[in-house]
Parts: sequence; structure tokens; C-alpha cells
Amino acid sequence: MRSIWRTFRCIDRDIVLACAAVWLFGLSYGAIATTDGFPVWLPVLASLLVIAGSSELLFVGVVAAGGSPIAAALAGLLVNARHLPYGLALPEGILGRGWRRILGTHLMNDESVVFALAANGRAAERYWQCGFGVLLAWPAGAIGGALAGSFIHDTNALGLDAVFPAVILALIFPQLSDARTRRAAVAGAAIALATTPFLPAGVPVLLALAALVLR
Amino acid sequence: MLLAGVLILAVGTYGFRWAGPALRSRLTVPERIAKLLDIAAVTLLAALVAVTGLTEGHDIAAGYARPAGVLVAGLLGWRKAPFIVIVLAAAATTAMLRLTGVS
Repeated sequence: MRSIWRTFRCIDRDIVLACAAVWLFGLSYGAIATTDGFPVWLPVLASLLVIAGSSELLFVGVVAAGGSPIAAALAGLLVNARHLPYGLALPEGILGRGWRRILGTHLMNDESVVFALAANGRAAERYWQCGFGVLLAWPAGAIGGALAGSFIHDTNALGLDAVFPAVILALIFPQLSDARTRRAAVAGAAIALATTPFLPAGVPVLLALAALVLR
Repeated sequence: MLLAGVLILAVGTYGFRWAGPALRSRLTVPERIAKLLDIAAVTLLAALVAVTGLTEGHDIAAGYARPAGVLVAGLLGWRKAPFIVIVLAAAATTAMLRLTGVS
């Protein structure tokens, strides 16, 4: 416990901002779910157990459009498959062992991984800070949005939909100064964009890995 | 059924999260492969930026407002602006455009 506590002595301002964005995104997710007619417990439970925003929104969207919850879960899993290569890229020792490993695994998400990769020598600290931040912010947003429901109208009016890609882009930028990484990232993004019209959600992002063959 | 769907999604996602570190701790990863795995993660994240920033569902274009916000983020990132400036400028650009009627 002490080691976790030490992690929070100085919390990075950037992580607070990223988590605030996650919280606002959570508000709109909770509101969308309940205005689509889902019970309040659904976005709340999913936000705690899944903590992967885009897959949860997809799940809600597929069921609201008349799909079966099982099919919606499988579609969500396709979107979340990117966590496997994320875990491969995480330097060893970040998650630790025993119960820390069990909890740390659950905290793996786009934000915590990108903060860990962007950190110079403080990868573990930033991974855990951001992971806990998202674990609090995402369900808190989902609960608030689910209860407020239709009172929250259009969070897109605040430009929130541009925030998630901006956060990730800002954090991968320093690594794009490496020519080989830049080539793979640009080609991967192009592959994902080109295949988006034809393939189920999640698959285009995974296909971006084909760009790794570039040297 | 709804609950079953949420549980399948939760358990499967945890499985994906578990698999990466579990595989990695079982192998000795040479420096060259570790570098490749790093590039893989950045490539996935870049693709995620492109898809969430520029597309909507199966449509290749998500209007103008959001891509403009992401473009501003890209320019500021290239100019090495602080993180908070990049993120707030992206949101402000998109919000302003929507306020003026650009979707």
C-alpha cells in the first residue's frame, strides 16, 4: 500500500487534465445510455468492470439499434483487442506482482499506456497515477451522466470529441521524432483510415500493425 | 442478457489486458523486439487518433469541426506546445467552429 501511496505524492498536472477529459466523456456516455432507454446500472457497472470507453459506447449503440447483447459484447471485444499489444509494449515491472498485478492489469487503457510510454524514466509512476485517475473519473462521469440523463444535451458542443484524439496525439508526438516510428505511425494511421468504411469498428486500428513491416 | 453481455465484454477485455504482460514475462525479449513492440504501441495509438479524430462510424469524414481541432493539436504538438495548451486549443477550436455553425 505504501508504494501506491508514494505514487500520489506529486500527481502530474497533465494526468489530471487527461482524467478531467475522461470524466466529461463519461458524463456524455452515461447520458447517452440512459436516454437510449438503458437502466442506470448498465453504464455504471460497465464503466467499473470494462473501463474502455469506445467499446462501451459501441456496446450501448449496438443494443440500442436492436442487436443482441452478446453480439454487442463481441463487437466491443474487437475494439478492445488492442490492449494485448499494449501489454506487450509495457516495460516489465510496471505492473508488479500479486494483487498489484491483478489491479494494474485492470488499469491498462489508452491513457495510462500512452502516459507510461511518454514518460522518461517515470513510466510506472505515471501508469499507476493515470490508471487510478481513469478508474475514478470514468465511472464517476458515467454515474453523473446516467443520473442527469437528458439534462446533458450535447457535450460535443464543448468540442469534447476532439479532446480524446488530441490527448493521445500530444503524448505520442515526442516519439514521432524517431524516423522509423514516424513512418510506421503515419502508414498505420493511413491503413486504419482507408479500411474504416469497410470493416467492423476496432479492426482498422488493429490492421495498422501491418505498417510494422516498414523499415 | 444485458448483464451477460456486460460480463462477457468485461472478462474478455481483462483477458486481453492480462495476455500482453503474461506473454512478455515468459519470454526474454531481445532489444530489437522490444523496440518493435514500442513502435507497435505508438502505431496503434496513431491509428486510434486518426480513426477517432477524423471518422464517424463508417464515414471517412466526421465533418470539419473535429478534424480541425485535431489538426490544431497536431500543429501545436509539432511546435512543442505544453500538453494543456494542446488539449484546450483542440477543444476550443472544435467548439468555436460549432458555435459558428460549422459541423
